[in-house]
Amino acid sequence: MTFLFLSSGLFLGWSLGANDAANVFGTAVGTKMLRFKTAALIAGVFVIIGAVWGGGGTTHTLGKLGAVNALAGSFTVALAAAFTVFWMTRLRLPVSTSQAIVGAIIGWNLFTSSITDYNSLITIVSTWIICPVLAAIFAMLLYTLVRFYLNRSRQHILRIDMRTRIGLILVGAFGAYSLGANNIANVMGVFVPASPFKEMSVLGLFTLSGSQILFLIGGFAIAVGIFTYSHKVMETVGGSLLRLSPMAALVVVLSEALVLFLFSSEALEQWLLNHGLPAIPLVPVSSSQAVVGAVIGIGLLKGGRGIRYRVLSEIAAGWASTPLVAGIITFVALFFVQNVFDQKISERTEYRLSEPVITYLQSQGITDENLGNWTERTFINPLRLQSRLRKTTQLDAAQIHKVIESARITPLYMAAGIFEKDLDKEWFTSAQWQALQMTIAKTYTYEWQLFEDLQAQSADWKFKEDTRLNKSYNKELREKRDYLVMIFRVKPAPDEDEM
Amino acid sequence: MAILFRTTKALEAQIDDYLDTISRGVLIFKEGVKNYLENARPRFEDHLNSIDHYESKADDLRISIESNLYSHSLIPEHRGDVMGLLESMDDVIDQSKETLHQFSVEEPLIPEALHKEYLELTDVAIKAADEVVMAARAFFRDVNQVKDHLHKVLFYEKEADQTGDHLKRHIFKMESLDLSQKIHLRYFALNIDHIADKAKDVADRLAIYTIKRTL
Repeated sequence: MTFLFLSSGLFLGWSLGANDAANVFGTAVGTKMLRFKTAALIAGVFVIIGAVWGGGGTTHTLGKLGAVNALAGSFTVALAAAFTVFWMTRLRLPVSTSQAIVGAIIGWNLFTSSITDYNSLITIVSTWIICPVLAAIFAMLLYTLVRFYLNRSRQHILRIDMRTRIGLILVGAFGAYSLGANNIANVMGVFVPASPFKEMSVLGLFTLSGSQILFLIGGFAIAVGIFTYSHKVMETVGGSLLRLSPMAALVVVLSEALVLFLFSSEALEQWLLNHGLPAIPLVPVSSSQAVVGAVIGIGLLKGGRGIRYRVLSEIAAGWASTPLVAGIITFVALFFVQNVFDQKISERTEYRLSEPVITYLQSQGITDENLGNWTERTFINPLRLQSRLRKTTQLDAAQIHKVIESARITPLYMAAGIFEKDLDKEWFTSAQWQALQMTIAKTYTYEWQLFEDLQAQSADWKFKEDTRLNKSYNKELREKRDYLVMIFRVKPAPDEDEM
Repeated sequence: MAILFRTTKALEAQIDDYLDTISRGVLIFKEGVKNYLENARPRFEDHLNSIDHYESKADDLRISIESNLYSHSLIPEHRGDVMGLLESMDDVIDQSKETLHQFSVEEPLIPEALHKEYLELTDVAIKAADEVVMAARAFFRDVNQVKDHLHKVLFYEKEADQTGDHLKRHIFKMESLDLSQKIHLRYFALNIDHIADKAKDVADRLAIYTIKRTL
């Protein structure tokens, strides 16, 4: 059964490879600096390396699909996202796979009456605008610099050609590595808890953990997508939109890499802040948007005559329709999966504003006399609870969000067996680990009860003040908390899961 | 990547070699004409043999360069231009070789009074050819320098036309010669002048390729 569900993750990986490889090698192939086969081989190898070893913390995160809490639901969401990206690839349009996934999740949210974080919509729309503009500016600057340098450097035409080619290969290999590392969680992350694979030694050279084997398979799916279907999108990026020179091709991928690194790297932000330097504001970026922006930037620098505006408008239409189409397909597909194939597409989640929740909320500074109205009532639709709270209380949107989060029932059982077997001890500080030990064999009804317990034991479980400097600390802590909930959550009775 | 490095270096050397060969070929032509006028036949034959050698070497190099450019798909956007350039430069050495052979086969009788003018014509025609080789070298290495050489090519080509024109007038004014001999002599003046014309053809192409390269 798991393998059937895995198939849609593999399809998503395949679509990702078919579409996103163009961001990495599109300009190199479009300008004939690299043969498609060479580019596909390099991209495939580095995608797999990135997926298996570059994922780093991704073994602990579920990726975006983690928001979907039932396997059949994730299957459908991944399938819809994959199909959307595949469709866009058929139309030769470079689109963002993560936006397809976010769109599909919103479709799931609507179908299952879950609460949608509208910030993700704002993020998508701003990515369409900010990211290409930044990439275009970088491409213009870089291109001017490179042209200035080349006019003075007196290099042989063949040597320039060789250096450009090596540059394209290096930047491409690095881009493929990042592509694998950043996206494997979206492709495979949700299946990690259900992974049927055991740790395996490869020729005695190194060992692959169960999740790494899963990521290896996902990486292969991406690589197969690159080999079998990425050629057309590459041509759109590297030739149809604007005829590029090889030098311009290199400038495009360089500016893409720079924009992605400078404006989305939390590590860089942290480093700058730690050294007392002003940090660059992080903005949502996507390589598909960046590469198109960079190509347009070069076109504008050359006077804008060479740009094929029809192709550009098709690409823009593709960007706008990707999340929308993914959402609609998900919504329709979920209907069939639920009603025709009788699969459970979401975990039933209950919300109860019981006395302990109200006491907890008071300690968090959230009080309202009407909160106590439904102590005995169980809500299964968070949207209804939300509208009740809006009508009867004076709380603002953020507070209501906090109330709903706190009222969500998440049965947790801190089983000793899980501590021994499944928990990744290395990831926690010793204080955190000691605090965790104190919770063995306890049960909790709400997530926050576990965290209250842990915080009482060790300050290492407390969030730091919400400043930019503490951002990555808090982010990691949040990941650890989510991980605990995922691991210790009491699984629903098996008969509900059966087909 | 090592292969790429090696091919690039080898090809750079081949292109340099090709340009050297063209340049040497036209210089040999000049020496050959001088030997013919001085009636130094053995040295003339030596030069005739070496221009044959250089011409066929240039052909081999050109074919090898072209096949390397294609098989390693190097300089995709300038490949056609570079091939056009190399082929048109080949015409320069071909023309020189052909003309020198005609001297050997037809043995034109050139009166002493015309020697100076024939040498002058050869000199400017060869200067045009030499300058276009330098322009081509600059095209590969330092595109900003190409213009400096191109205008000299055009200048020498015009000089060659004028010198040739002057020579032909002189020939047809000489009463001591038969019309058949006059026509024969004019034919040689024309062929030497053609070397400069071929150089100008290369220069015209280069002017456009250079604009394309600096865009």
